[in-house]
Amino acid sequence: MSDPIPADPVLAVDGLSIAFQTRRGLLPAVRDLSFSVGRGEMLAIVGESGCGKSLTALALLGLVPTPGRVTGGAVRLEGRNLLALDEAALRHVRGARISMIFQEPMTALNPVLTVGEQIMEAILEHEPVSRKAARERTLALLERVRIPDPARRFAEYPHRMSGGMRQRVMIAMALAGAPAVLVADEPTTALDVTIQAQILSLIDELRREQGTAVVFITHDLGVVSRYVDRVLVMYAGRKVEERDTRDLFADPFHPYTQGLIAAQPRGLIAAQPRGLAARSQADARLPGVARERLTEIPGTVPALAAMPPGCAFAPRCPLADDLCARTVPPPRPAGSGLVACHHAGESHAI
Amino acid sequence: MALPDTASLPPTRTDFRDRTVGRLLRRPSALVGLILLAGILAMAGFADIAFPGDPLDMAGTPLLRPGDAAEFPLGTDMMGRDLASGIFHGARVSLLIGGVAALVSLVIGIGIGALSGYYGGRVDRALMRVTELFQTIPPFLFTLALVAILQPSIATITTAIGITSWSGLARLVRAEVLRLRNSELAQASIILGASDARIIFLHILPNTLAPVIVSASILVATAILTESSLSFLGLGDPNVVSWGGMVGAGRETIRTDPHVAAIPGVAIVIAVLALNLLGDGLNDVLNGKGERR
Amino acid sequence: MLTYLRRSAAQLVFVLLGIALINFFLLHLAPGDAAQVLAGESGAATPEYMEALRRQFGLDQPLYIQFLRYLGNLATFDLGYSFRQSLPVSELILQRLPATLLLMGTAIGFALVAGCSLGFLAARRAGKLTDTVISIVALLFYATPVFWVGIMLIVVFSVILDWLPVGGMTSVEANLSGLALVGDVALHLVLPAVTLGLFYLAIYARLMRAAMLEVYGQDFVRTARAKGVRPRRIAWRHVLRNALLPIVTTLGVQLGSILGGAVLVETVFSWPGLGRLAFSALFQRDLNLLLGILFCSSVVVVLVNIAVDLVYTLLDPRIELG
Repeated sequence: MSDPIPADPVLAVDGLSIAFQTRRGLLPAVRDLSFSVGRGEMLAIVGESGCGKSLTALALLGLVPTPGRVTGGAVRLEGRNLLALDEAALRHVRGARISMIFQEPMTALNPVLTVGEQIMEAILEHEPVSRKAARERTLALLERVRIPDPARRFAEYPHRMSGGMRQRVMIAMALAGAPAVLVADEPTTALDVTIQAQILSLIDELRREQGTAVVFITHDLGVVSRYVDRVLVMYAGRKVEERDTRDLFADPFHPYTQGLIAAQPRGLIAAQPRGLAARSQADARLPGVARERLTEIPGTVPALAAMPPGCAFAPRCPLADDLCARTVPPPRPAGSGLVACHHAGESHAI
Repeated sequence: MALPDTASLPPTRTDFRDRTVGRLLRRPSALVGLILLAGILAMAGFADIAFPGDPLDMAGTPLLRPGDAAEFPLGTDMMGRDLASGIFHGARVSLLIGGVAALVSLVIGIGIGALSGYYGGRVDRALMRVTELFQTIPPFLFTLALVAILQPSIATITTAIGITSWSGLARLVRAEVLRLRNSELAQASIILGASDARIIFLHILPNTLAPVIVSASILVATAILTESSLSFLGLGDPNVVSWGGMVGAGRETIRTDPHVAAIPGVAIVIAVLALNLLGDGLNDVLNGKGERR
Repeated sequence: MLTYLRRSAAQLVFVLLGIALINFFLLHLAPGDAAQVLAGESGAATPEYMEALRRQFGLDQPLYIQFLRYLGNLATFDLGYSFRQSLPVSELILQRLPATLLLMGTAIGFALVAGCSLGFLAARRAGKLTDTVISIVALLFYATPVFWVGIMLIVVFSVILDWLPVGGMTSVEANLSGLALVGDVALHLVLPAVTLGLFYLAIYARLMRAAMLEVYGQDFVRTARAKGVRPRRIAWRHVLRNALLPIVTTLGVQLGSILGGAVLVETVFSWPGLGRLAFSALFQRDLNLLLGILFCSSVVVVLVNIAVDLVYTLLDPRIELG
């Protein structure tokens, strides 16, 4: 399968498939997903809830929860296939070479341990350093993620911090081992709009400084458009389009992508130059009043158990014909990336 | 008065029952509980047919061991009373006192919980204070004092157990009612001008049924344990045979004939175990923890 | 903290008042007049003493005055006089309280340590044989009456095996002192403490298992796994501490029930504590003593609950007293 492969992929996912084990057999949730991310690159995986993007994120760390399990493919991190490692070996990779931040900063931290202890743990579990050294590094990390008064915050419990602060702590924890890849699963969804922008620009800044590759999972195309290099659009467990951000916004090929972009508030559609935090804040406040009427995509995502034999988007697609109903469209090169649609580029219907 | 939106009403009683029983039977632990309980109910029901005559009367040679004589399969105690007869007749007393005492605490617990949760404010504070008080006084000691003062009989023992064991249930019901009171259905009824009693009995209490049923089975189990403890201490109704009293009587001969104390104890364990298993099963099924895929 | 103390004090006062009221009510519920009840009935007291009692309690006066007098007595920790035992009730209770606290403390410690360990083990091996065995054992202990466990343990360990003493707190005839005495008491303590503890062990094992499994499903455990923390460390550091919280709460709620269990255990093992005192009061119809014990044990429950609250704040930083 040809991919827009970055020159030096840190993370290469090849044919990843994940399914849920049910009484009636395996129910595929992610099918044959391939992508890769290069050093310092930021890739967004976009899709509606239930499209398999969060499951994919967890699979990158070998954390797919039961009853789900990986049924095929490879996740190569710096050349090593993580899916072939046993739990003990995986543990040494998690938090050290690849780490993750989650959607809910309220529940993702242990309430009975101080934030300092929790960050230190990420260091001490992987490196033979003294507690004192780990503490020094933790303080530096807290400073790094712009938490004021790190020495005091070190001994604080999570419940005394705001959501934004906690997400900063999560980022500090994820960066503790200077990982090659950071997986961010909707890290800003639970936050206020202004805080969202701050966290996003913090992640953006850190990946530039440290060269960390970032896989950013989101359902909100608009929020990440100005930060990410490439966008991978998922629908019902499959990749339907993967393009450079600028190209994608300028000329989306897949009807689903077109629908997604059309559903964004006007002000956010165009790929904008990566702006200052202040600017993005102003933009992000747009919704509500200034928002034009959104074009919604009619219909709903098919249930896992009722997947159509052909293109999963066909039932909602204005371009769909017999071919779409019968065969799954294979991904083919298009512009700066890939698109999986029999009719891509024929017309901009939506 | 017209009811608002029947779709949001709780399921009718029959389909509720059908589903529950079916799912219960598919759970091995609940099934075992039901079978054991049925066995004990049968023992209570057939006590007079299987063992006519007063189980407190001397029936044969004292201190026969199980198997010594065919007509006394479980042996006899130091007074020559038939242990098997005592077990059968004791099942009645245990179930009767357990059931009625649980009923008494259900009435008190649901009453206080519902009033507290529904009216809130000062009523709630006052009733919860009282509940707290009943939770603080060691329940068994309290029961003991009540029974000692009122003189032991089936009626006083039942009342005493009922009076001292409702506090946990009251808290549970209060929490549920508090939650349901703010539900759309209850709010709609309030707007439509339904009376408080109607709302409580028609819309709120039926929805607290699941946790209450679960607690009821545990309450019966606890009441049986308490009753047996009372009669073990010699505070049972002197006119009827009781498992706890049999253990107490058997205590005298544990050096030579431990079976006299052991056998009635096993009966208590089985009865309580049956109710606990049933409670666990009901909890899994009714509170949605079950249906493992 | 100050608010918390004030609230606890208010609660204590309320509970004391409540129990006083209940006790007063019970006294009047008993057949015969209160003086007879207080004196231990059945003509054990001299007529002069009865007359003195009637005067002291103002039995000729309206009920509320009687209640106020009763309250006044309680406030000065005057719980009356046990004619049967020829000692003031408060003195009797204070004599016996340490033995009961020792028994309860040991039993709770045993139940907590063993119960939590078993629950911890069952949760870590959830669905496997170990889990099933532990769950079944817990279910059995949970259904077994305390007094019967005691008798069966005596049959096995004292009668058949002859390893441990049948009852009592010390070997009276040995006249031991110092370390030997401590050892002797410890030996006598084993069976009663295990007997009382087994029931609560079952509760904690079940609760611990459920709590551990629930905590395992929480987001912060996933976070810990995502940062590569060892499974054993996740269990001990992240899951265990959070799972202990409901255990501590339950312990507080159950204190009263544990005290009730102690009555039975003390009766079975002739352990010279409050429970045994209550038992003899019961049969000598020494109701004043019985009600005094009820009063004092409630006070113990309130006080230990305050201690439990304090422990809880140590375990859970989210809770601040106030």
